[in-house]
Amino acid sequence: MTLIATQSLTKTYGGRVTALSDLTLSVEPGIVGLVGANGAGKSTFIKILLGLLAPTSGQARVLDLDPVTDAEAVRARVGYMPEHDCLPPDLSAAEFVTHLGRMSGLPKTVARERASEALRHVGLYEERYRQIGGYSTGMKQRVKLAQALVHDPDLLLLDEPTNGLDPAGRDAMLALIQRIGAEFGISVVVCSHLLGEVERICDALVAIDGGRLLRSDHISAMTTATDVLAVEVSEGTEELAARLAELGLPVRRDGRMLLVPLADEQTYDRILRAVAELDLPLHRLDQRRHRVAELFAPRETVSVN
Amino acid sequence: MSTETTTPAPAGVIHDIGYQRYAGARLGRRYVAGSLYVHGLRTAFGFGRSAKAKIFPWLIVAIVAVVAAGLAAVRSQIGEVVLTYAQFADAMSWLVIFFVAVVAPELVSRDLRSGVLPLYFSRPLHRADYVLAKLAALITAVWLLLGGPQLLMFAGAAFTTDKGMGGVWDEVLDLLPGLAYAAIWAVVFASIGLLVASLTGKRAFAAGGVVAVFLMTTPIVGVLMVMPSTTVNRLAGLASPSSLVQGVGVWLFEEWLVTDTPTGIGVGRFGPVYGAAALLLIVACVGLLLARYRKVASA
Repeated sequence: MTLIATQSLTKTYGGRVTALSDLTLSVEPGIVGLVGANGAGKSTFIKILLGLLAPTSGQARVLDLDPVTDAEAVRARVGYMPEHDCLPPDLSAAEFVTHLGRMSGLPKTVARERASEALRHVGLYEERYRQIGGYSTGMKQRVKLAQALVHDPDLLLLDEPTNGLDPAGRDAMLALIQRIGAEFGISVVVCSHLLGEVERICDALVAIDGGRLLRSDHISAMTTATDVLAVEVSEGTEELAARLAELGLPVRRDGRMLLVPLADEQTYDRILRAVAELDLPLHRLDQRRHRVAELFAPRETVSVN
Repeated sequence: MSTETTTPAPAGVIHDIGYQRYAGARLGRRYVAGSLYVHGLRTAFGFGRSAKAKIFPWLIVAIVAVVAAGLAAVRSQIGEVVLTYAQFADAMSWLVIFFVAVVAPELVSRDLRSGVLPLYFSRPLHRADYVLAKLAALITAVWLLLGGPQLLMFAGAAFTTDKGMGGVWDEVLDLLPGLAYAAIWAVVFASIGLLVASLTGKRAFAAGGVVAVFLMTTPIVGVLMVMPSTTVNRLAGLASPSSLVQGVGVWLFEEWLVTDTPTGIGVGRFGPVYGAAALLLIVACVGLLLARYRKVASA
């Protein structure tokens, strides 16, 4: 089954601002990262999937349903966590999530049970009886996730779930999302402008920029194509670059570092040998993080391999 | 290093029974809208909310209840009907204004303010159902506010009547127009109040707006009332929601509403005009409310 499929999906606001243009993609179930800079069209894309916005042209299918004509059926099977603040301060999390469970059609007692379950799964225990207004940002994000989870959806749409969280909170949230995708058996679409964190948990990645599709692929396919070793020496950077080029390694300068595509395990050895032969003080040699970020840079690194 | 514990597993693991999928019933549109209606009605009286949210609604409830109890007591002691059921609703109208001014923002402005609408509308809840459930909740709340005390008065009168079952039946015939009149108050005031409150997320502004709409229009009626033309005098009540409802009341329930003193406004042969105007006002308010929510929180 295809999770999400779009066919030349286009959305323009007022005929002038283009939020999405000619987006055609197809995503399999699993954890999907939807990455793009602010204003790239991520939120618009999600709202179209929910049937909250109608596309200007083209079409979308979610869980094999059309969100334009079958919005109700789509919404019954999808959980949505918005980016912005969406919690009433003077209700307790337990009451609020129960209420929204009933809004999804859960019978009264089931809604209460599942609300407690959902809040427990996101890591809120006794606090759930306190008013939301007194919660920290991290707890609020958890409540937002819990309300998206309460009616046991088949697909979760999470818009910037790590917004406003500190590094520990981000890690906890990402671990939670990974658990939902892997253990709960619920497909997840995670929107983020931070590639580094999304690529850690996703099976597939969709990158959009200015409303256009940059790339849509399995994460493994992307990272192998863009694995890069960063070499930094305290002195003699030019010498090393020349030597590596002689050895047939395509070197690229990036500030004080040299970037070498990681072809195979031998690349490490060849670089180390070159550094040793030139007797240079090696500062660092590591596999570069945020590899997928290269997608947004000029396409050189991708075309190198 | 540490003493032996009898529980081998860490506490956290015991709680973790894993995620359970839900395969049970998912109820339809009627249940969802009904739940929202009940939730709204509870919200109106501060149930399931903080103690602070209960103060104002229950203060008003207490006032009308005390007035009704007083009237019932006077009736049973002296045997004099100070206010009929319909007149009671009339006399309490200014309290209804404040009640609507407080409760309508609680129902809709809060949702706008806290940004909770995207959570509602990303569920299988229709936008129109949201609006109608909230409106129905407010109408019911206002009707209960006016009708409940009437029942109290009825109970007082029915138990002290000396004419047996016939006397009770007479009371019922008096009570029904009173309850119907209260319903007209409720529908008109709730529609206007909810529309005004839905325009802003700030509760204080919304409350002020509601009071302003009801009270600012009253002087216009006063000015029109002293105009030299009788026709203008008769139609003056159309200018304000309160006098509009009174006009409809006089048209439909003159027997119960206008006793010895000419309290309200004379509508003459313009009764149907008042009726049509009230109907038009309600339809316009509901239409505008639906239009308001067609766009909100989607972009």
